[in-house]
Amino acid sequence: MARLPTPFDTLLSLQQALDDYRTSRWMDAGVSGGGAYPPINVFRKGDDFTLVAEIPGVKKSDIDLQVKGRTVRISGVKSLDHPEEASLHRRERSAGRFDRAVSLPFEIDADRVQAEYADGMLALHLSQAEQDKPRSIAIR
Amino acid sequence: MATSQELSVPDKKELTGSEKTVPGRYFIPSTDVYETNNGLTLVMEMPGVNKDSIDVSLENDILRVEGTIDYARYRELEPVYTEYNIGHFTRSFSLSDQIDRDGIAAKLDDGVLTLTLPKSPAARPRRISIS
Repeated sequence: MARLPTPFDTLLSLQQALDDYRTSRWMDAGVSGGGAYPPINVFRKGDDFTLVAEIPGVKKSDIDLQVKGRTVRISGVKSLDHPEEASLHRRERSAGRFDRAVSLPFEIDADRVQAEYADGMLALHLSQAEQDKPRSIAIR
Repeated sequence: MATSQELSVPDKKELTGSEKTVPGRYFIPSTDVYETNNGLTLVMEMPGVNKDSIDVSLENDILRVEGTIDYARYRELEPVYTEYNIGHFTRSFSLSDQIDRDGIAAKLDDGVLTLTLPKSPAARPRRISIS
């Protein structure tokens, strides 16, 4: 039986979504950075994780990447080079400084981090630190 | 002139309506359009697309840009947390006849395609000197 949605439904589902987002241990905003740019996807293959951030138009030399403990910090500047004396017909791209720190639910092995950047995509290959990995326990 | 508040994370707009023969989702790349005295410049953001996967074609006054991404890279990766969509890009523009078709140039850097569309000589603004 369908009932008309009340304004409270929207409010309740918004609160639910915010709570779910807050209680997820993935990608909490870290202490050092701020902001939500760039968008990041996290993939896993076995015990290794790959973080992929989309930063089209950012030069490799303008990216600053830091890893410590459980936090990854991606910062830099995205600039739009437009020709001088140009009149703008349409602007859909955005630009500016970005500084995003995210915390992951595991201790990162900082010595084995690998990062690559191509075609506007920054890929970070991370694995869990050895001391953080769970140990198998044999049952007698 | 861009301030840091401007950087936003827009959701990718998906192209719906026409059916494709190649599998995969298509999104509309963000585009800036500038005009100078010499022509138009189109700057399109297509992260993940490299030079070999870009197709720029001009037919019947329609300029069509298509950039495909390599799904094979993600084959063994299992998504754990996602904030953005992954897919191909396509966008079409209709050109006026003031564009010099033979002079269209394209450049791809860091996932950003810059298309230069020069104006035909007759369409360029002329400075008239007073004797």
